[in-house]
Amino acid sequence: MNILFLLIIIPVLTIIGILFTGDNKQVRVVSAIGMTFQLILSAIIILWFLAERNAGNTAEILFASNYVWYETLNIHFFIGVDGVSVAMIGLTSIVIFAGIFASWDMDDLPREFFISLILLSAGVFGFFISLDLFTMFLFYEIAVIPMYLLIGIWGSGPRHYSAMKLTLMLMGGSALILVGLLGLYFNSAPDGGPLTFDILEISRVQIPMNAQLFFFPLLFVGFGVLGALFPFHTWSPDGHASAPTAVSMLHAGVLMKLGGYGCYRVAVFLLPEGAHELAWIFIILTAIGVIYGALGAIWQKDLKYINAYSSVSHCALVLFAILMFNETAMTGAIMQMISHGIMTALFFALIGMIYGRTHTRYVNEMSGLMKVMPFLAVAYVVGGLASLGLPGFSGFVAEMTIFVGAFQHPDIFHRVVTLIAASSIVATAVYILRVVGMMLFGKINNPDYELITDAKWYERLSTGTLIFGITAIGIAPLWLSNMITAGLGPVIHKLLLSMN
Amino acid sequence: MFDFSYTVWIVLIPFFVFLLIGFLGHKFKPVVSGIVGSAGLFTSWILSIFTAYKYFFDVGKIDGVYQQIIGYNTLWLRFTDTLHIDMGVLIDPISVMMLIVVTTVSLMAHIYSTGYLKGEKGFMRFYAFLSLFTFSMLGLVVATNIFQMYIFWELVGVSSYLLIGFYYEKPSAVAASKKAFIVTRFADLGFLIGILLLSYYTGTFNFLELTSPTGPAIGTPPAATFMGMSVMTWAMILIFMGGAGKSAMFPLHIWLPDAMEGPTPVSALIHAATMVVAGVFLVARLFPIYISVPIALQLVAWVGAFSSLFAAVIACTQHDIKRVLAYSTMSQIGYMMCALGVSGMGGHEGLGYMASMFHLFTHAFFKALLFLCAGAIIHAVHSNYMYDMGGLKKYLPITHITFLIACLAIAGIPPFAGFFSKDEILVAAYHHDTALFVIEYIVAGLTAFYMFRLYFGIFWGKKQDYHHTPHEAPLSMTLPLIFLAFGAMFAGFIPFSHLVTSDRALFEIHTEWIVAIPSIVIAIIGIGVAYVMYLKPTEIPKKIAHSLSGFYTAAYNKFYIDQLYLFITHKIIFNNISRPIAWFDRHIVDGSMNGISFVTNQASDKIKGFQSGQLQQYAIVFVSGVILLSLVFIYLWT
Repeated sequence: MNILFLLIIIPVLTIIGILFTGDNKQVRVVSAIGMTFQLILSAIIILWFLAERNAGNTAEILFASNYVWYETLNIHFFIGVDGVSVAMIGLTSIVIFAGIFASWDMDDLPREFFISLILLSAGVFGFFISLDLFTMFLFYEIAVIPMYLLIGIWGSGPRHYSAMKLTLMLMGGSALILVGLLGLYFNSAPDGGPLTFDILEISRVQIPMNAQLFFFPLLFVGFGVLGALFPFHTWSPDGHASAPTAVSMLHAGVLMKLGGYGCYRVAVFLLPEGAHELAWIFIILTAIGVIYGALGAIWQKDLKYINAYSSVSHCALVLFAILMFNETAMTGAIMQMISHGIMTALFFALIGMIYGRTHTRYVNEMSGLMKVMPFLAVAYVVGGLASLGLPGFSGFVAEMTIFVGAFQHPDIFHRVVTLIAASSIVATAVYILRVVGMMLFGKINNPDYELITDAKWYERLSTGTLIFGITAIGIAPLWLSNMITAGLGPVIHKLLLSMN
Repeated sequence: MFDFSYTVWIVLIPFFVFLLIGFLGHKFKPVVSGIVGSAGLFTSWILSIFTAYKYFFDVGKIDGVYQQIIGYNTLWLRFTDTLHIDMGVLIDPISVMMLIVVTTVSLMAHIYSTGYLKGEKGFMRFYAFLSLFTFSMLGLVVATNIFQMYIFWELVGVSSYLLIGFYYEKPSAVAASKKAFIVTRFADLGFLIGILLLSYYTGTFNFLELTSPTGPAIGTPPAATFMGMSVMTWAMILIFMGGAGKSAMFPLHIWLPDAMEGPTPVSALIHAATMVVAGVFLVARLFPIYISVPIALQLVAWVGAFSSLFAAVIACTQHDIKRVLAYSTMSQIGYMMCALGVSGMGGHEGLGYMASMFHLFTHAFFKALLFLCAGAIIHAVHSNYMYDMGGLKKYLPITHITFLIACLAIAGIPPFAGFFSKDEILVAAYHHDTALFVIEYIVAGLTAFYMFRLYFGIFWGKKQDYHHTPHEAPLSMTLPLIFLAFGAMFAGFIPFSHLVTSDRALFEIHTEWIVAIPSIVIAIIGIGVAYVMYLKPTEIPKKIAHSLSGFYTAAYNKFYIDQLYLFITHKIIFNNISRPIAWFDRHIVDGSMNGISFVTNQASDKIKGFQSGQLQQYAIVFVSGVILLSLVFIYLWT
């Protein structure tokens, strides 16, 4: 049996297991066990993948399985992984693992909560391993829909408004994606023959230019909405602010990556000529997003808003790098997705834990927390330093790969926008250090805070895992970068062909 | 060939010590962290000394020229086939010299801190950060490529941030650490852009390739120009911007005086002897390229000279002894930059380069000594301010003597270390550019004046009523003082022109009395003026301040550069950029999204009336529809 099936089976079994549990504690334990297996499984898949590659297996896709699903329309259930998707699987399992432990003390309908959360993650895993556009879209929707319930039911603040806004905007994006996918489908056999949803097959045909010019923007914007493409990012601050901790973690950490991954795997890979023609528009939008998000974050007071704008900035950099169409920058884009995914999950986890103790998310209302909760405070500083691109953490590796790669572009326009995007590193430092300085340092300003206790074991486990992730990549990035670069081969090849 | 690969441990030992103290330190008594940290660094120090001995006196020289040896190299991250970040150890005269400087001063700071921070709450944290800093600084100086340097450059920045903010409950310390990080980060953006330019036009990060006379940067420089200057000039100016930020050159110096909020051993190590000279080291490392772009080198010289004068003037007016020393550091680094700027390549032409490195070396000793003495003084009187001190020579005999030695060294009185190195700088400037020489000559006098203003003010002058009798620091603090005092006395006799030169070949230097005698004279004049004004409390300082009121006030307020910084960050970035963006995002971008949903709602509200469920209404609509269509078919259908 294909090992990738387990990525779907384990979450499903976990959900079934949760249905048979008695009390809250059992729900948590079953979820934790399931997601621990999932994490181990991902590690095995990554190691196996690397071993296969080392053994000289150069097939474009490893662990491929292809079943006919609906013959009339030639829909397949086609899964398999390359270096990029394997990396994304690793990211997802780390974030969901940490997310389970971050919501350990959730006592409001925990059974339904964990089921939705794990269902969401199953959708994400499915999305990353799909190689058939129809399968991919199906999993995409599985991942997006539980979000509405998760925010609407377990959220805080104006949660109905936020949930509605988020879901509607993402559905708007889905509508564009659906049209785009159908466009690909009906152009997948320009020389006659059966139409197909198979990504690999479509990548081998030459889609007519006028179709590319029409469908590329639909797909790029459609996925871009989820990837916080300026100006379609406004669901993000409200959505994150209302979402419960684990949902914010998964959403910013993993779901937003679906957008970047889709832009890369579908929009750019399958419509390279159209992408070339229209990239400049989106390069400008993403470059604006990078700076705009960072500057917008400086003024915010709510921790979640700060992190949401920071995510807008970091995710815009992902899309920016994808549009640079060269190997180095695109490697950087994928690394940035992983790096940002872990980092932002760490932030949202910490924000949730801090909120649970201080009952406020406003930076100006907190002060001196370093003294009473050193573990969480240090974790926050570590996350902050990673976010501002300090060497030794994954953010630096990803950003530098993007900047160096993008700057190798022979075209002056690309180099100028790269410099503009690079200047965000200063703004990032400003908002990170502002928060750290106000919230963690200084003297305690509220006598209630004296009674705050530091992280519990599950909180330490959750944040510790994420911190381990960002430092491991930050200190030894070569294997990951090599794996991703190798996975990018076909995309780069096709892009180079399209340039001639 | 001798195998230098063990040198990687010089760098790595402090890193492992950092991890050890960081993760396990709290399980043991605080003093264990101090001992582990100091012992680890002692090992690095021994290895550095051994390396220096091996390199300079045994295997480093071939045909009279010191070789550049890659002791260790490993691929860390690959961007493209030619562009990749390596982690390695480059052994050449300046890196070996820096190894000695960094490990020596760091070891002294480690030992000193066991006494200075005794009983302090964050003792373990302090040693962890100190090890982290030492690791980063060592990694910086041995970098084999410019990106490795950038990586460690950022890491020293963050260690500095953490250590300045060591007393994190103190708002001024938090503000100072934030300011230091952001200002240097801004400068580092220039550094990064410079690296990007270099990478694009030369296709390499490797120092050996970049500085090779036939390499892509010097031998076949890119022809592209921008605003009338070649891209190489731009690249080197931008890289210098990074160096200027770290080395506190005007106008990026504003973080350095505030950085004195950190514990004093940190000021001695990071903000006097090692990290702040990283900018000088950077220019020295890329010196062959700077030589090929004279405009950038000219800029280095003038920024250095201006900063040295600017800082010296401010130093004469400050009362906080650590701030005086901070401005003095800025001034001395300006000297080093200026010396590099006036240097040529090879033999006597390269005198400035040699002098700059020489001064960096001697300065590390006497400035670290000054700071550590200041720490002992603050420890004794619990104040940073000169007017709280006076007549301390009786209570602090060892501190007094060592401080005096350091003052004589920095003032350039022979035979103390500063005389030799400063004299070489003045000679180099004298042969290159009279204007620069005059500036540096004046600064030499000012230096002697403000240092002895401090010396007389602290140790002589009016005796204060102290709460309790000030007492000499413990042995753990005085030992490093004595050790560094020996350095400040004898480091000047090291024949630097035989060791560290621009083309790594040896040359002979002779004392040029035409420069040396006037420089001694002005130093003595400076000391004399300070003697008259500050040996006993007099009214002279007040009178002079009064007669120069406008200028004095400006200098006392550091020429209002800080206010400018506040204006830019708070008024412009925070209120005029970030705030409007936040508003724009909420009201325009998000508003249009809400607008769409509002319009949809309204439209559906209007339409929903059609489906009322009333049969009569449906019938009317049906009948009128039929009539309308009939009319259309009858009359319009042709």
